[in-house]
Amino acid sequence: MSDLTRKTAVELSELMTAGEVSSVEITQAHLDRIGAVDGAVHAFLHVDSEGALAQAAAVDSRRAAGEELGPLAGVPLALKDVLTQDGVPTTAGSKMLEGWRPPYDATVVRRLKAAGVVILGKTNMDEFAMGSSTENSAYGTTHNPWDLNRIPGGSGGGSSAALAAYEAPLAIGTDTGGSIRQPGAFTGTVGVKPTYGGTSRYGLIALASSLDTPGPCARTTLDAALLHEVIAGHDPMDSTSIDQPVPAVVDAARRADVAGLRIGVVKELGGEGYQPGVEARFHEAVELLTKLGAEVVEVSCPHFEYALPAYYLILPSEASSNLAKFDAMRYGLRVGDNGENSAEKVMSLTREAGFGAEVKRRIMLGTHALSSGYYDAYYGQAQKVRTLIARDFTRAYEQVDVLVSPATPTTAFAIGDRIDDPIAMYKNDLCTIPSNLAGNAAASFPCGLADEDGLPVGFHVMAPVMRDDLLYQVGGALEAALAEQWGGVLMSKAPELEVTR
Amino acid sequence: MTAEVFAIEDALASYDPVMGLEVHVELNTKSKMFCGCPTEFGAPPNTQTCPVCLGLPGALPVVNARAVESAIKIGLALNCEIAQWCRFARKNYFYPDMPKNFQTSQYDEPIAFNGWTEVVVDGETYRIEIERAHMEEDTGKSTHVGGATGRIHGASHSLVDYNRAGIPLIEIVTKTIEVPPAKAAAVARAYVSMLRDLLLALDVSDVRMDQGSLRCDANVSLKPKGSSVLGTRTETKNVNSFRSVERAVTYEITRQAAVLASGGKVVQETRHWHEDTGITTSGREKSDAEDYRYFPEPDLVPVAPSREWVEELRATLPEAPSTRRVRLQEEWGFTDLEMRDVVNGGALELVVGTVELGVTPAAAKKWWLGELARAANESGQALGELGVGAAEVAEVQKLVDTGALNDKLARQVFDGLVKGEGTPAQIIEARGLALVSDDSALLEAIDRAIAANPAVVEKVNSGKPAAAGALIGAVMKDMRGQADAAKVRELLNAKLGI
Repeated sequence: MSDLTRKTAVELSELMTAGEVSSVEITQAHLDRIGAVDGAVHAFLHVDSEGALAQAAAVDSRRAAGEELGPLAGVPLALKDVLTQDGVPTTAGSKMLEGWRPPYDATVVRRLKAAGVVILGKTNMDEFAMGSSTENSAYGTTHNPWDLNRIPGGSGGGSSAALAAYEAPLAIGTDTGGSIRQPGAFTGTVGVKPTYGGTSRYGLIALASSLDTPGPCARTTLDAALLHEVIAGHDPMDSTSIDQPVPAVVDAARRADVAGLRIGVVKELGGEGYQPGVEARFHEAVELLTKLGAEVVEVSCPHFEYALPAYYLILPSEASSNLAKFDAMRYGLRVGDNGENSAEKVMSLTREAGFGAEVKRRIMLGTHALSSGYYDAYYGQAQKVRTLIARDFTRAYEQVDVLVSPATPTTAFAIGDRIDDPIAMYKNDLCTIPSNLAGNAAASFPCGLADEDGLPVGFHVMAPVMRDDLLYQVGGALEAALAEQWGGVLMSKAPELEVTR
Repeated sequence: MTAEVFAIEDALASYDPVMGLEVHVELNTKSKMFCGCPTEFGAPPNTQTCPVCLGLPGALPVVNARAVESAIKIGLALNCEIAQWCRFARKNYFYPDMPKNFQTSQYDEPIAFNGWTEVVVDGETYRIEIERAHMEEDTGKSTHVGGATGRIHGASHSLVDYNRAGIPLIEIVTKTIEVPPAKAAAVARAYVSMLRDLLLALDVSDVRMDQGSLRCDANVSLKPKGSSVLGTRTETKNVNSFRSVERAVTYEITRQAAVLASGGKVVQETRHWHEDTGITTSGREKSDAEDYRYFPEPDLVPVAPSREWVEELRATLPEAPSTRRVRLQEEWGFTDLEMRDVVNGGALELVVGTVELGVTPAAAKKWWLGELARAANESGQALGELGVGAAEVAEVQKLVDTGALNDKLARQVFDGLVKGEGTPAQIIEARGLALVSDDSALLEAIDRAIAANPAVVEKVNSGKPAAAGALIGAVMKDMRGQADAAKVRELLNAKLGI
């Protein structure tokens, strides 16, 4: 038996169906791998060995009883620590929630459990999902398995790093401005932001309600599609959830065909400020798709240049309100409750101690942007820009089926490199943010290594609302074509991590 | 602490009050505004909560369709336009009893707006313009423990009960109410009272003011007579009886007049009403700096009630209480004064019920506002709590109509009913109250009266038949009231040959 942690979810599923290996064995293999490498990677904040093995054993006995199980039953998964799991510590990467055990499951978690997916533990992230590097976690930085001196991307660095370190074959992330796709690109893995409302936000600790979208992370397109199918679909507990059938993402990933597909390269997402190695791999990928029969044209989305400023008004505004509930009254951290201080004082001492610098910065920004006298100039104006960006997409989709761009302007940067320069950090999400503002579906697929640094480059695909299947169609085709060149998925080129015991 | 106040007459001689009322109504939906938790009043603290109404991280709201329906009904009953499309907004502020530290409310896009209604005070009808009726959620309830006053100052700790958090509220906001200054306070009271009746008729709220399911905030400012410049207003919060609404408005007028007349400035603030002392005291200062940072609630999709639904709801509306009163007054042939007595006496529904059982409106009114109102007054009960219903009143009146009882005896039957002595028949039996209709018994009594009053008989015989009244009185006394006076007169006249 070759190392179970190197296998895809599909392969693991086949092995279990054939009775060659049990979910408990698979789960134990991944727990062992976490034990061996996570000291160096720090992808996990909490490993639920007992719970995971119990879930695995339950799946094994259901399978033994002849029960018909879903394709991912018994496959392990790493869960971003921003989704609630009943009884399991959930912190959103913040001191504010240290030790908090939610009394309920997020809808995504409920669906994973129903599908028999085994949840290994909670992964590290930028505090309350604010950041592009996972350096803003209150519990320390996650390291990129491709180069431990580099960041894995953010905010979902833990989830993507867990995949790249072979600690889990599947992971769940959440994407508010690129937090699934950017770390996906930086770790050479697949990261999909479904259509906003296509996956439920119930149980997702909110950063910006109108942007947050849970989505699948995996090492292959098909694995991501299978996971997508498990977690997506209408949820009556989330008012913004779309009441429509889930797009046929698994079929699309299997079909992996781009012949006749019209692909638009977004003119505004490239050129100055983009790393040459990133641009080179991106253009090669576009050429490859052309060879596979896609029709490629250049498309202009003139308002994308305002996406970043609009995003950095809308996000902090919503976040400032969403984070108000962390007030030391009902759960989480409480500082200064000595019988002398007033409730207000305890509240402010707690918020002072519990929130990190980036969170405070955004709360201040958002509070200002929403305040009377500034609302129209900031929040109101940003909402107008948002409408214009959505219109850019609509016009573009009249000409093409999908839009493409690099997922990020650069490859993974060094730890500490941009932490003191928020603007440089924010610019990382240049390509990913427009899709969040418009609510469209988008994904990043690995498309090679940059010449300069040998680090992964992400190929970004954007599709219309509820056409998530198109992402998988393109991603699948690209993955198959590149696998021929590379002799496997890009991840197989990653350096071996030093194993510590 | 008592503030200097003017007499109301002096205040109104120099200033015109400007008034606006905000009424919060808790809806009687079975579940909360944004989750499925029950809304039962008086449950043990924090037993009716879930991740949503506790605002736990990750939880999301979903709008209660029944609450939207109630909001639309209220809007329609107040002659409002119903929004084709409206949104919830977040009202951001910190308070320990508010789980999310923002209240999900409606701001610039209320579900109902631009309405009007009417109230009657002293026979005059006043029109009140409605600015809006919007949906929101209630907050939790804080209890401050360890102090003498139950207020936060001096308390050793506070307890919060989140059972009330998330209960659907409708806030009904008037435009500036323009009525003759002397009527302002009475109109305020009449308005809240009218709303209560309306909400009861719509069956959208229990409107229990004592339980806080109807709460009134009164905004009052004064402007000097002849001036068009608006004064600074105060907002007196959570006034919770009709009488208090009137008193609180009056008090603010007299207090503000005293402040202004002494050259002072009215501070824009919220004020607390004190039921026991009849005054308001300063609460939180409400400066312009207060900023709720409203923005559209991104966790909820807009509410867009279809026109068909709105029309369906309009068709189900009961007759408005004010319209109904006009109709009833006309049907009953009551004067304005008579009708007002019935309404103010809390006897409207009882009279309606009694008339429906075949009693004339005049007779129904006579019993309810006479004998029964007196009994209620004596025992400090509400009219409806006496244990006497429309059916009993109708039964007694029927006996009067058939001649089995006269008014005097009927009053004794009611006395028995109030004292819980049984049914009218049982009381008549037990107290021996039936009228004597046996002629021979009456004739014997007449003979006794004639024998005992020779002087009176002499007067009658000398051509003064009116003097016979004394003999009738003597007979009635002899019969202990249980005789039909007309019958006695008839027999007596025959006997005396007049």
